[in-house]
Formats: sequence, structure tokens, C-alpha cells
Amino acid sequence: MSEAPTPGSVAEVRDALAAVDYLADEPAALVSFLAQRLGKPILVEGPAGVGKTELAKALHRATGRELIRLQCYEGLDEAKALYEWNYRKQLLRIQAGGEEGWGEVHDDIFDAEFLLERPLMRAIASPEPVVLLIDEIDKTDQEFEAMLLELLSDFQITIPELGEVAATTMPVVVLTSNNSRELTEALKRRCLYLWLDYPDVEREMEIVRLHAPELSETLARRLVEVVHMVRGLDLKKPPSIAESIDWARTLLLMGAEDIDRETFEQSMSILVKHRTDIDLVSERVGMKLGEPAGAAGAEKTES
Amino acid sequence: MGAASSSPYGPQLEGGPPGLAAKLLSFCEELRGEGVAVGTSEILDAFAALEQVPWGEREDFREALAATIAKSQEDRRVFELLFDRFFFRSAEAEALERGEARERQGERFEGGERLDIDELREQVRQAIVEGNDGEMRDLARLAIAAFGQRGEGSGVVGVDVQRIRRSLELATGSQAGATEGELPPIDREQLHRFERHLRRELERDLIERTGTLPPSRPLAELDRALPTSPTQDLAAVHRAVSQMKRRLATLGHEQRGRRKGRIVDVRRTMRASLETGGVPLRLRDKPKRPRRPEIYVLCDVSTSVTSASVFFLSVLHALHDSFRKLRSFVFIERISEVTEIFEHERDFREISRRVSGEGGVADVSGYTDYGRVWLEFLGEISEDLGPRSTVIVLGDARTNGREPHAEVFAQVAERAGRLFWLNPEPRLYWNYGDSVMAAYERHCDGAFECWTTKHLEDFVNVVAAQPTGT
Repeated sequence: MSEAPTPGSVAEVRDALAAVDYLADEPAALVSFLAQRLGKPILVEGPAGVGKTELAKALHRATGRELIRLQCYEGLDEAKALYEWNYRKQLLRIQAGGEEGWGEVHDDIFDAEFLLERPLMRAIASPEPVVLLIDEIDKTDQEFEAMLLELLSDFQITIPELGEVAATTMPVVVLTSNNSRELTEALKRRCLYLWLDYPDVEREMEIVRLHAPELSETLARRLVEVVHMVRGLDLKKPPSIAESIDWARTLLLMGAEDIDRETFEQSMSILVKHRTDIDLVSERVGMKLGEPAGAAGAEKTES
Repeated sequence: MGAASSSPYGPQLEGGPPGLAAKLLSFCEELRGEGVAVGTSEILDAFAALEQVPWGEREDFREALAATIAKSQEDRRVFELLFDRFFFRSAEAEALERGEARERQGERFEGGERLDIDELREQVRQAIVEGNDGEMRDLARLAIAAFGQRGEGSGVVGVDVQRIRRSLELATGSQAGATEGELPPIDREQLHRFERHLRRELERDLIERTGTLPPSRPLAELDRALPTSPTQDLAAVHRAVSQMKRRLATLGHEQRGRRKGRIVDVRRTMRASLETGGVPLRLRDKPKRPRRPEIYVLCDVSTSVTSASVFFLSVLHALHDSFRKLRSFVFIERISEVTEIFEHERDFREISRRVSGEGGVADVSGYTDYGRVWLEFLGEISEDLGPRSTVIVLGDARTNGREPHAEVFAQVAERAGRLFWLNPEPRLYWNYGDSVMAAYERHCDGAFECWTTKHLEDFVNVVAAQPTGT
């Protein structure tokens, strides 16, 4: 069943992930390791923008498996996630068949040829080992979750007309959730659970510097500290890791050498993306940052 | 560490069966006791996972267990608490094993006491600055031993921690200037870590001495009780409410699988049949329009519910974030609409200030007058109430002896599609004293006790489970 090579140790997984620019912390590396060894799906939860989806992509890059992605949304159903019969083609087949008996036609039109494979089906049927990413599973309805159960525990799909299609290779399945609703116990039961949170200052600094290598260490530290300060406020949408990387790149483009109040206010929109949040952040964080070296920054308090 | 047969834990356990498997099972049993749903499949997974990791490594062992057993953040929190407590005993056994080593070190320190304290002080400072956990733990043990020999132990863990800290002359940046100028200040975070080690070791000593473990029950009440403090709870409340929003919004979709009460849309079916040469292969249904909930929330802010009203306000706050068609009212003696305040203000503290300040609830006596509230509410919005509207009342139904006007309440209930009552008091207290809950409850579609987010979630579940029929 599992031809794909499995990693030997947790450290091996962590190094492989690091080699493809994903700095996994201890739990993330361990769970990825277990998932590959035990063949269990990973359920990743955490706030938006901490690298949940990125973990799946990194696994895909690190293991060389193909990545198949199913983006979930409200109202997603099996026809779009699993498979669908190709009605038009079937109809053509019936018309083209002429005076064949019903039995033959019946056997014929419910054949793999007339099956439209959707992501889940594709992941199962793929002859090559794959990484299956089921993104934002919390956006779907509970019925859809129930449908996933067979897939997640046995890696097989039952098509009434064809029978069971079982996976030939063990896929690595990653489910992500923003925790916008409680997932069912049944689903959780089948998964390994991983909670990803915002990284601490050191780790985030490493991440930022990995993606913006030209950034000096002091500036990177300052940047990450400010981001952490911003996250500490009660915001509608706290800045994600991707946004701190964007900000780092912006600062590089601006040629900033230090983050003072002026640079911060100019580039703040990269980090904070709600009107009310912007007000709050510029009031709380802007104050703490020093005034630009030369001119006294004019107080801007119109709203 | 060896295999389960030569278990380092086994013999030392009082009453517990030897072996890791049994150990893990009883750990899961305790987790269940704390309300974490640990099924057999989880336990099997845990075993499978442990086979894959070098579980002699404390971190790997813990993470592997957590990944397979604790399947939500809340579960994880309980898991951490219990893990520490549960494997305390094993950690204790570990300490016994190392006991010899410690004694040897102890001897070394017995010689010249004063000098060793100085040396120890230096080592501790070094370890703290380096942030080496293992080192810190060992040194904490040494410090306790040295401290104990001087006979200054008070037996109270918290006090001892502080005394040891002081005798080691450890101070954070702010305090350092006062005590000693020459030593560089220590990072507050790091110092706290050392203190945690101290505390753990002291607790372990205490267990060793008295031979009893700290009680395992209170965890459920103490550590997990949900405080009604606003900021802490806000996120949880928001989560519960956004869940409610989803449930209410997709209420119509629930029977999709069964396709109950479908109505064929002839026009759309004919159109679709064009694709298949006029053969209506696919029936098209009239789409089911999800109900757009109109919600009216009435919230009691009088003194009798002071403790709960912060919680209620945060519920209101979260509701406003999620529902567009929502009107909210606060009341004490009279009723006052506060929809605007919630719509224009995002910061919770500001909201609570404005609601209490300019809510204009005619707080003359500070006593709730439910009867009058119903009369006013009905008078103000009777036309708007329809079968689609949901009324939610947050209050304790304590009328202070005034006329409850249950018949007016009945009218409200009749006009509104659904009416729910959330009461911040435990069901036990309902109808005692001046509570007239029973009179109102008869007319409600549901009355719930509600003072934690857990209750709120239960409420959401019940609301969502109710059939759409109005």
C-alpha cells in the first residue's frame, strides 16, 4: 500500500521541511512525521495566516508528492468534491449505441470513462503518492464532513455503480480549519490534531529573514517586535506571518533603516486592513515608536 | 529508559498497575473525568504514535500523546494541566533515581555553607541567563536542598519560592538597582521560568514528604471555570455566536440530503432539458430561500444581574458583529434601544461605558420592572414583529415584586416567530424569591440557564436543532 518512502525520525522531517523554506516547530514536525508513519490525516487549526495551508504545500515540496487541493466553501457537495457522472457523454453513448440491449449499455455507461474525477477522487485514484489538502474544512456543512469520514479512515470511496475505489498509495491528508465552527467529533477522531499559533519572536524573525534575506538582523527584530505588539491589541484581523514578510519587503523597498513613527504610519496598511483597526493601531503602537530623528512628526488626528 | 517491563514507574506507584500501557489508560481515564472525549480509537492511535517516537524524550512523548488525544485547544489545555499532574508521580520516581546523584552533590555543598551559596548563586545566574531548562531544574533542586539545610523552609510553597529567590539575590531589571548595583539585571521572563522550576521542585518535595498527591478533583472547578470577565471571554463568546449565525443561516439547507418538501420548478427544468435535447433528465427545484433572521435582543442591565450583564453585553456585542438585522434593547425600569451604539462602536469597553452612560434606561430605582418593559417593547415595535423574528431575552426574571404582566409577554411571544429566554441564574434558583420565571417560561420556545460560553453553545445547538417551521 505505501510505496512512498517514510521518514525515519522527527528530525529528518524537520530538516526536510526546513530545506523547502518551512520552519516547523517541534509539534508541527512531530505531527507531520506521525502522519506519514501512521497514515493518518492531520487536522491543523489556528488563527488565519500562521501557515496552515503552507504546511501542506511544504510537505508537498519536501516529499515530492503531488499536491491536490480541495478548497472548501459553504454548499460544497460531493459532485464537486468527489466525482460526477458525465451525463452528456453518457447520453451521447446511448444515442450512438443504436440497438444494443439495455444490459450492455448499462454496463458501459457506468464505466470509469464516464466518470468526472473531482479532487478527492483524484487523490484516491492517483497511482503516484499525493498530498491532499482539504482547505478550510470548517466552511462546509456538517453533511460534507460526514461524507469525508469514509475517505479519511479507509482511504476509499464507494461509487454505487462501480464499487469501491481504494487508494493505491497512502496519501498524506492535511485538513485546515480556522475554527469558525466546531468540527464533529467523528472527524476529529480520525485525525491527528495540530494547533498552530503565531510563532514567538525568535522563530518569526527566522522566518522573516528567510524570506527577506537582505533585511538586517536588528531591523528584523524590531519589525517582529512591532508585529507582536500589534497582535497584542484586540484587532478584527491581526497581522499574519505572510503580512510581516510583506512588510519586511516593503521596508526594504523603502530603504528604511529603523522603524520610527513615520515609516510605520506610511507602511502600516500592509499589516492592518480594517478601518477601525488602523485607527487603533496608529493610536496605540504609533505612540510607542520614536519620533523620526529630524523633524517633529506632525500630529495627525483627523478621522 | 527501558521497556515497559523494566518500568521505572511501576513499583513506585501506589495501587496503580505496572507498565506503561496501564499507566496511559488510567491517564486517559482521568482525562475523561475532566470532560475530554477520549475514545478507544484515540487510545489506539496514541499507542501507535508512541511506537513511532522515541518516547524517552519528554517533549516528543508529550506531543505525540497530545496530537492523538487532545483534539481541540480547550482539550489541549486540560491535557497540559493533567499531564503535568499525572506524570508528576513518574517524574518523582525519576527524581528518586537521581537521588543518589543529588546526595553526592549535597555532600559537596555541606562543607562550607556560605561559600556554596555564593557558588550556587553564580551558577543559577548563569543558567538563567543561558536559559537552559535542564540546568535550571537541577539547580533549583540544589537550591532547595541548600535552603532546607539552613532551616528556613516555611512549608508553604509560594513563600518558599520567594525566600529562595531572595536568598539567591535574583532580581529583575527594575529591582536590581535597589539591591545590588554590580550584578547585571536578569530578564523577567527567564526569572519566571526559574521560579516555575523552583515551584515544581518544591511541590514535588512536599509530595515526597507528606506522601500524598495534590487533590485531583478541583481542576474541573478551579482551572477551567469560565470567568465572566469581558476581555477574556470575548473571543469565546464571539466564536459561539458566529457559530449560531452559521447555524441560523444554513437552517434551510439541512434537509438537502433528504430533499424534503421539494417543489419542481417547471421553468428551470425545461431550460435545463435543452441541454439534453429536450429530455428533462434533471429536475430543477425551486430554490429554498434561507430564512433571514430578524433578531430582537432584550438585555437586563439592572443591579441584580450585574455580574452577568458584562457577559450579556459581550454576547450582544458578538451578535451585532454577526447579524445585520438585529435590534438590541437594554432595560432596567424602562426600555431603551442601543442598536446604534453597538453599530458605531467596536471597542467593547467603550460600548459598556456608553450603554451605562447614555443608554437612558431611566435608572431611577435601579430595580427591574419587567411588566413595564413588555408594555413598552410591544408598543414600540409591535408592527415589526412577525413570524420571521426571533426575540431573545437576557434576564433573571426578578420583578422586585412588581406586576409581571405575563399576558403582555404572551402577546410578544405570539407575534414573534420564536422567543428564547437566557437566564443568568442556575435553574435551581428560578422561581425562588421574586423570580417569576415560570410565568414567562410558559410562553417561551425555550428557556436556558446561561452564564458561561458553554451554556451559550448549548443554546446555539438547541436553537439550530429546532425545525424551521414557524
